[in-house]
Amino acid sequence: MAGIPHDHYEPKTGVEKWLHERLPVVALIYDTIMIPTPKNLNWWWIWGIVLAFCLVLQIGTGVVLVMHYTPHVSLAFASVEHIMRDVNGGYALRYVHANGASLFFFAVYIHIFRGLYYGSYKAPREVTWIVGMIIYLLMMGTAFMGYVLPWGQMSFWGATVITGLFGAIPGIGPSIQAWLLGGPAVDNATLNRFFSLHYLLPFVIAGLVIVHMWAFHTTGNNNPTGVEVRRTSKEEAKKDTLPFWPYFVIKDLFALALIVTIFFAVVGFMPNYLGHPDNYIEANPLATPVHIVPEWYFLPFYAILRAFTADVWAVQFVHWITFGIVDAKFFGVLAMFGAIIAMALAPWLDTSKVRSGQFRPVFKWWFWLLAIDFVVLMWVGAMPTDGIYPYISLIGATYWFAYFFVILPLLGLIEKPAPMPATIEEDFNNHYGTPAE
Amino acid sequence: MKKLLISALSALVLSTGAVAASEAGGVKDFAFSFEGPFGRFDQQQLRRGFQVYREVCSACHGLKFVPIRSLADEGGPQMDPQWVRDYAAELDPVIDADTQEERPRKDTDFFPIRVGDGMGPDLSLMAKARAGFHGPYGTGISQLFNGIGGPEYIHSLLNGFTGADKQEAGNTFYENHIFSTGWIKMPPPLSDDIVTYEDGTPATVEQMSEDVATFLMWTAEPKMMARKDMGFTAVLMLGLLTVLLYLTNKRIWAPHKGKH
Repeated sequence: MAGIPHDHYEPKTGVEKWLHERLPVVALIYDTIMIPTPKNLNWWWIWGIVLAFCLVLQIGTGVVLVMHYTPHVSLAFASVEHIMRDVNGGYALRYVHANGASLFFFAVYIHIFRGLYYGSYKAPREVTWIVGMIIYLLMMGTAFMGYVLPWGQMSFWGATVITGLFGAIPGIGPSIQAWLLGGPAVDNATLNRFFSLHYLLPFVIAGLVIVHMWAFHTTGNNNPTGVEVRRTSKEEAKKDTLPFWPYFVIKDLFALALIVTIFFAVVGFMPNYLGHPDNYIEANPLATPVHIVPEWYFLPFYAILRAFTADVWAVQFVHWITFGIVDAKFFGVLAMFGAIIAMALAPWLDTSKVRSGQFRPVFKWWFWLLAIDFVVLMWVGAMPTDGIYPYISLIGATYWFAYFFVILPLLGLIEKPAPMPATIEEDFNNHYGTPAE
Repeated sequence: MKKLLISALSALVLSTGAVAASEAGGVKDFAFSFEGPFGRFDQQQLRRGFQVYREVCSACHGLKFVPIRSLADEGGPQMDPQWVRDYAAELDPVIDADTQEERPRKDTDFFPIRVGDGMGPDLSLMAKARAGFHGPYGTGISQLFNGIGGPEYIHSLLNGFTGADKQEAGNTFYENHIFSTGWIKMPPPLSDDIVTYEDGTPATVEQMSEDVATFLMWTAEPKMMARKDMGFTAVLMLGLLTVLLYLTNKRIWAPHKGKH
């Protein structure tokens, strides 16, 4: 940890010294857990722990579910019912796993928007941000493939629609789609590869989570003021920070316990609230559901995908200028992935020297509009594609891109930031008063 | 913290209320005994509903995911295990998976499958498959108290026949506004006193449809009561842990804060 000066682990006993010379694992754990953390972190900073918990929860329940699940088109649905009925506590495992995915995404969206508001993506934390975005993409892939495994109607048709997106790529699209599916349509080969990858990707995510943590442990945490911890001496750094253990561990655990309490109320009393009823009907390739709706956490991006229809002038223009290679369908796919790439590019699109949104009076408004935009897109993503809904999607999608490609670059140049506290200590004492020494 | 909670909750409500909103279709809310965190199945009602299924529905509808033995399980109709074994033996014989020969059905087998001409869809999971989207109830966060809406759909459907019918392509369709297309191939299955309840309850269509809707909620979610018990245990223990952690947190931070 090059960043903030702090005390390091010193092996004292003979055994400790013996181990330390061979494998400094205790030092690694000590330095990780005792990392100096800005003491003014607010409650928006607890979601990282929630996310770590979700990953462990999903892997833990998932590993046991796999022991009872059968990845075959004619047995998958029945094996899930077997889990629900005959496996001891199987209903709890499955409901925790299914709702755990929702908690995971709920937490990741707050975590991402926290980063967007407080400028956590800005230098020197760009790598943390990019790794986080990769984790988020892998989460989406994992969740999507996991939803296919119960082999219900939404599993099957969701897989058909989403893999169809890759089929929209000009020229090579159909080949990519067939490669993803393992055949011309969603079938047993698809189910098997999705099962395999659904088991693999969480461990890739776990690895990237370590990289994510390594990156922000190198730069130090951001904090609500965006003012860096003083690093000239250990004494000064100590005025701005407190060690992660016990201060932030206990604080985070308190928040986590509260969130998990609510989570178990959902699992216990309304476990199907976030699921789709059609997924309790076994997959039937001959019967298409009336509405194919993705899980709630995909809806904002699903809305962006559907927003760009053939009658939008921008789509027609791109169609014309690319000699018809980019049609409305492919444009939609590009927009959907582009919406995530736009987020990932935020560190280079934001020109403001001020990190935290707290001290950016104009930025604040645009940021909250983005948050509202996200919720509106989520809502409209579940709506049919007629009437007023396509217009709402289009406005919502346009704002999403405008925020990242127009507002963020321009705002930094014209906005006059509000006065900032000089140090984290000052900010903390403004809130809580100067502690009696 | 409060602000955070409220925003978190409202985001959840907004996001999912959206998913659920869809056609209403005339399904009416109904206060079943098993709805809400404290709701329990009424064992007598489950037995009555099972009787309706056994004597009426089972002619055309299977329950292929439901093991017959589960009729004796806790949290269900809890029929006598010997009765369940005798009942299983009366049902259609099965082809044994090991010997490939026909043998009498055992309680460890599943309920018979009904497929082919004139047969209806399997009912094992119907109470969950017809939830939410197919009715106004059990959609938003009110699901917590009003249930998922699937049993309401079944109850409404069985009471939704108008009496009109039509011939189309050699099939008879019966008018029913609860059904998605408005016309259903199933003739009205229930009429007053079509079954004689063992517990003496008057067998009106209303009563029978309520009972069978309850029974089908059980076939779809046999572990519902165990699940709610787990929910209470988890919420109570975690709630306690939350309080303890809150106090711990307050205490360790106190020396670093000027005011308390």
